[in-house]
Amino acid sequence: MKRKVSAVSKSADEIVYGLKREYLEKICSEGSRIDGRKFDETRGATVNTNFVPRAEGSAEVRLGDTRVLVGIKIEQGEPFPDTPKSGILTTNAELLPMASPTFEPGPPSPDAIELARVVDRGIRESKMIDLDKLVIKEGEKVWVVFIDMHILDYDGNLIDACSLGAVAALLEAKVPASQIGAEDFPLPINHIPITITFSKIGSNMLADPNLEEEEVEYARLSVATNENGDVVAMQKGEGGSITQEELFSAVDTSIKLGKDIRKRVLGK
Amino acid sequence: MKLINEEGLRTDGRKFNELRPIKIEVGVLNRADGSSYIEWGGNKVLVAVYGPREAFPKHTQNASRANVNARYNMAAFSVDERKRPGPDRRAVEISKVIGEALRCAVFTEQFPRTTIDVYIEVLQADAGTRIAGLTAASVALVDAGIPMKDMVVGCAAGKIDGKVVLDLNKEEDNFGQADLPMAIIPRTQEIVLLQMDGNMSRDELEEAVELSKKASMYIADLQKQALLAKYKSQENEKEGERGE
Repeated sequence: MKRKVSAVSKSADEIVYGLKREYLEKICSEGSRIDGRKFDETRGATVNTNFVPRAEGSAEVRLGDTRVLVGIKIEQGEPFPDTPKSGILTTNAELLPMASPTFEPGPPSPDAIELARVVDRGIRESKMIDLDKLVIKEGEKVWVVFIDMHILDYDGNLIDACSLGAVAALLEAKVPASQIGAEDFPLPINHIPITITFSKIGSNMLADPNLEEEEVEYARLSVATNENGDVVAMQKGEGGSITQEELFSAVDTSIKLGKDIRKRVLGK
Repeated sequence: MKLINEEGLRTDGRKFNELRPIKIEVGVLNRADGSSYIEWGGNKVLVAVYGPREAFPKHTQNASRANVNARYNMAAFSVDERKRPGPDRRAVEISKVIGEALRCAVFTEQFPRTTIDVYIEVLQADAGTRIAGLTAASVALVDAGIPMKDMVVGCAAGKIDGKVVLDLNKEEDNFGQADLPMAIIPRTQEIVLLQMDGNMSRDELEEAVELSKKASMYIADLQKQALLAKYKSQENEKEGERGE
């Protein structure tokens, strides 16, 4: 997500941007990052579940100074005609104007849509939730799982913060089956995907970029893996390229960090 | 559903590393600065390029480079069940990644404050539309005379019935285990578009990336032949006029 600059301060901002970029590339080429982390080191994430008890599941995630809140609502609805024996998963992200001076109110921007779709892909493609078990009456009524992600404070790497929040909230979520005279039950979970995003600066892949790194990144790469170390989703972003070596170094780091976060942050 | 038979052939009779037939044409529209048309299996995609032209509204102008603005759009009749016209969330995301991929190749710094508009219209969809569109878009950019490092070219790879294969068709896309749309700049081998969904081990992923790269190099030749064909036919027309 590149910073928008106002027309007035454009030239000044561009000079600062150029200097920042130069500086970050320089320290990265010397093997260090602006906040002292290693290239494959994430900012410690904290997850606070059941933040919104009225929701069927929720999680507040802090990743550095990035703060997102994910809420899960589960409601009855009609299945899609082509998948009558399957529940529905929908994901939405709101870049709230309170989170950054560059976020504006209004319909979702391409950035917000991409964010939601990348998070959705990690969860859907890993088959985290067993949607086939969310059927109430085949072809007529199924449970619809809504994942809504609110960005409260933006300090870079929304993809990982939102993915982690969505996974943590889904793990806690209860299907409100008491509405139809049955007992509430936890969402049927098969797998736990973890997404790790990298900023390419110079020719280095930096895991979990902060805002300053993200602003000057040349390319972005997100890799979602499951607990078996399989890759379940990927997305390259921004107008720069990556090499095959960079891709696989990111994949390897993602598998390693995924295991660590699954255990350390989610306790799984 | 079985996607590979006992003889190792796929539902449309292809081998694991075989592409669907591809045909590219250049300069197919009159008003556009550059245009192209691609048929790739059952995909039919038309691309028009306008620009570089002044970016509008003004606040979208970038003082140091051109914007590359792609618009991927599917015709309502391009799929089995009518698609509601206009951009949905999928189209917004695809437009974004295609524009970013093209930006890797175009010398955008030569045209500050301008926009290069790339309009991609999917007339018939048959899996792999984003890559077909992107491959045709770089040909249309050349047709528009826009300076680039090289033409972006791509091909999807994927996994069906536990096997890594090239260029998924519609059934394979729907019932397969993984899909990896990827595009490169052939001259430098940089990866400029990469998405993936499904499930692949690291080794399978490596196999798929290699397969896609190899196919991309072959398709890059088709792009060049298509451009050459246009200029040859213009040359012939001129000679015909001289003969009269």
